[in-house]
Amino acid sequence: MNFPILSSLILLPTIGALFLIFLKNEDGNSTTAKYVSLFASVVNFLISIYLWISFDQSISVFQFVEDRTWIEGFINYKVGVDGISILFIILTTFITPLCIISVNNSVKTRLRDFLIAILIMESFMIGVFCALDLVVFYLFFEAGLIPMFLIIGIWGGPKRVYSAFKFFLYTLLGSVLMLVAIISIYWISGTTDVTKLYELGIDAKYQNLLWLAFFSSFAVKTPMWPVHTWLPDAHVEAPTAGSVLLAAILLKMAGYGFIRFSLGLFPIASEIFTPLIYALSVIAIIVTSLIALMQEDMKKLIAYSSVAHMGFVTLGIFTIQQQGIEGSIIQMISHGLVSAALFLCVGVVYDRMHSRMISSYGGIVTIIPKYSILFMLFTLAALGLPGTSGFIGEFLILMGVFKDNFLVAVLASLGVILGAAYMLWLYKRVVFGKLINENLKSMIDLNKSEYFILACLAVPTLFFGFYPDPLINTIEVSVEDLINMYNSNIMIK
Amino acid sequence: MENLNLVLPEIFLSLSIMFLLVLGVFKNDSSKITFNISLFVLLITAIITLNETFSIDRITLFNNSVVIDYMSSLMKIITLLGAFFVLVISSAYLKTFKIYKIEYPILILCSVLGMMVMISSNDLMVFYMGLELQSLALYVLATFNRDQLKSSEAGLKYFVLSALSSGLLLYGCSLIYGFSGSTNFDIISNQLNSNEYVLSFGIVFILVGLAFKISAVPFHMWAPDVYEGSPTSVTLFFTMVPKIAALTIFIRFLYVPFLNLIDQWQMIIIFLSIASMLFGAIAAIGQSNIKRLIAYSSIGHIGYTLAGLATGSNEGIQSSIVYISIYVVMNLALFSCLLMLKRNNQYYEDIEDLSGLSKNHPLLSLSLLVILFSLAGIPPLAGFFAKFYIFKAVIEQSMYFLAIVGLLSTVVAAFYYLRIIKIIYFDKEKEKYDEDHSLWLKFSLTFSTILILLYFIFPSQLIEVVSRINII
Repeated sequence: MNFPILSSLILLPTIGALFLIFLKNEDGNSTTAKYVSLFASVVNFLISIYLWISFDQSISVFQFVEDRTWIEGFINYKVGVDGISILFIILTTFITPLCIISVNNSVKTRLRDFLIAILIMESFMIGVFCALDLVVFYLFFEAGLIPMFLIIGIWGGPKRVYSAFKFFLYTLLGSVLMLVAIISIYWISGTTDVTKLYELGIDAKYQNLLWLAFFSSFAVKTPMWPVHTWLPDAHVEAPTAGSVLLAAILLKMAGYGFIRFSLGLFPIASEIFTPLIYALSVIAIIVTSLIALMQEDMKKLIAYSSVAHMGFVTLGIFTIQQQGIEGSIIQMISHGLVSAALFLCVGVVYDRMHSRMISSYGGIVTIIPKYSILFMLFTLAALGLPGTSGFIGEFLILMGVFKDNFLVAVLASLGVILGAAYMLWLYKRVVFGKLINENLKSMIDLNKSEYFILACLAVPTLFFGFYPDPLINTIEVSVEDLINMYNSNIMIK
Repeated sequence: MENLNLVLPEIFLSLSIMFLLVLGVFKNDSSKITFNISLFVLLITAIITLNETFSIDRITLFNNSVVIDYMSSLMKIITLLGAFFVLVISSAYLKTFKIYKIEYPILILCSVLGMMVMISSNDLMVFYMGLELQSLALYVLATFNRDQLKSSEAGLKYFVLSALSSGLLLYGCSLIYGFSGSTNFDIISNQLNSNEYVLSFGIVFILVGLAFKISAVPFHMWAPDVYEGSPTSVTLFFTMVPKIAALTIFIRFLYVPFLNLIDQWQMIIIFLSIASMLFGAIAAIGQSNIKRLIAYSSIGHIGYTLAGLATGSNEGIQSSIVYISIYVVMNLALFSCLLMLKRNNQYYEDIEDLSGLSKNHPLLSLSLLVILFSLAGIPPLAGFFAKFYIFKAVIEQSMYFLAIVGLLSTVVAAFYYLRIIKIIYFDKEKEKYDEDHSLWLKFSLTFSTILILLYFIFPSQLIEVVSRINII
């Protein structure tokens, strides 16, 4: 066995957090805390880049696998990556240092504790994406609730308590059924090892119920209509860095779970329930886009747009077409970059004006031009303009859907138009128009760290928009293999 | 009589109790030395148990009325260690209330002796004797702070209701004796084939009595009042130690004589379990006193242990024992925190008193955070694994309804644990609490918190220890 690179990816942020715990909590020391956490997360990012470089794109089997006995004769601690999961790991390690840089401006109290929460969160999120055992996956999936609950509750806005409780209880309620399903799988198949379960397959007569149990958890986490209501609350109240983590990574856990577990383990049930997913996704795309049009709070608007975008993702996943699934993965990565950037953009003006209401802005283009340009870039990426990564994802998804179901594709395309409408209208109301609010004149443009963060997010957004090959090459073989496995299972049935 | 060494722990414990009583009579102001000796006695008894009986699979003594097997040795050791920790962290509390007296450790030793007899009993008479010995000591302990109205009330309430339940239990015993012709568990199990329906009356009566002792719904009414009224250190004892013994006798009673009647008692246990889980979760939401809240939460936790018992399998029993062991550690940690909430010689017991604790006492609140999330059953903390094993055993028997109700009630229960965390972390701070705690208190808090936090690294150790239990 080689160097346990995945375990070190999981552990490194936690070790960084441990350092911080033993740091004396004085105000003068918060810069030290910041550098320690930044160091840990940047090193983690470099390791993950190394992981990507040494990742073999031509095979679909899991790589860098570590397999250790954990509970005798029951659960193995098994981690590994394939083309699907590696991109999410890189997204996580990429977004976290940016979050840590961004706390300068938004988090005023107990900075050290905040950084500890973020680092531990990073560990759990990486764990989710590389777990190859259902129990290990569940462990990381649920454990992420603890730091996120604290991030929303301690550093959040005025209604933070309500939002934190809603977030925690909603997701916990969704997940408990998944735990029942995981234990049932153990008793049905005798193992919770994902690769072994791929080979064995699960008896068709159990698949429907198990699929529904997993669905209940993923649907809440995605979030799908009608169980999305926790998301706007959580986003609005969370501090900027919390919103970024939530939108960029936490929501992707469920999309990843759909691909890895729902499609991989329960193909027959997935076939049966595809219409359900289609219906819910289309409703999510259209309804939440309409809701987003009516929002007066910027963060809420972006939160609803996330629901709509995740609607596209679930739609693409269940087309079971090469384009659809690839599109979904790219859409998730792109949404991770773009929504993170949009929340940071909102955070920038919020830190200066302490208002998230669209009506209190307007005409700021002349005052803070740099900000306006970057904000425009991300607005366009969010609505899927060609040349940005948002386009690639949406386009591939719609292509996949067209192959599968014409009507659904037409309805989903309607969502693209609505998406353009609410994003452009948001941009128009905030940036253009007459300068009514006199206070806005005192606003200063992006400072160095903000500029750096947004630039960091803009580069991959544009790069992958023009040249998505690195992403597609990485996921292609794994997705192909997944679809083959899926189809052969359906055939047998 | 060559096997007398197998009951050496009990003999040693009773001799020590007598010695301590005599010491108390002849020596003035001997409370400190009694305390220290009792601590040693508990440890030495644990060591003797480990030495003499731990390797034995199953031996019965005294006309088959006492059984020494792996489960009894293990549970005795957990009981003794639990009592040791209770005693060791309660001295500061007792001194504050001026009830640092020699009777306290002696009563605890007496009740521990009763529990050990109970754990080893293989006969209804021996079982009842042990039960009464521990209960009598517990009545006195509940009223130990006799100058306080609430404490006396708690003791009296506990005495009256407990006596009632003992009566029911005895009635059940006599019914069983009447229809099977023996009080011995092994003989009863051989006589089972005849008169099954009448025997089940006896089982029901005994189950009611036992459910009362472990405060399972609907026989839980005494618990919140008694827990609230008793001195905190006694409450700690109540929530931990008697439950271990009661769970053991529950297992032995159901699985040795009456395993063949599982169809008849299984539904009862499932009902007790579901009712306790749901009621414990829902009723705790409205509480404002921490001790009352712990009472309801312990009712809920007992529900989960009973879910393991309801399975009728070895896995189920093992998971229940794992659950109660982890629960004991979590409770110890929780009460250590509670005993630290002291300011100007006064202890604080309201949830509101925790408000903003994280600002002034970051480490204490961090441990509380870990403990509460663990009690709520959130991974990767120990409480999650406890629940995980229970549901693993439950689902193995395809009891999906029980599993789903149990898991849903964890969500409800998570609400009130989150509420405490909210008060600790999100609310405005209050005055600082004292920080000069005894070393033992700090030690037991750190030790148990680290156990909870790092349990996930070595989860198989505890399973291995428990997996030797083989009742069926």
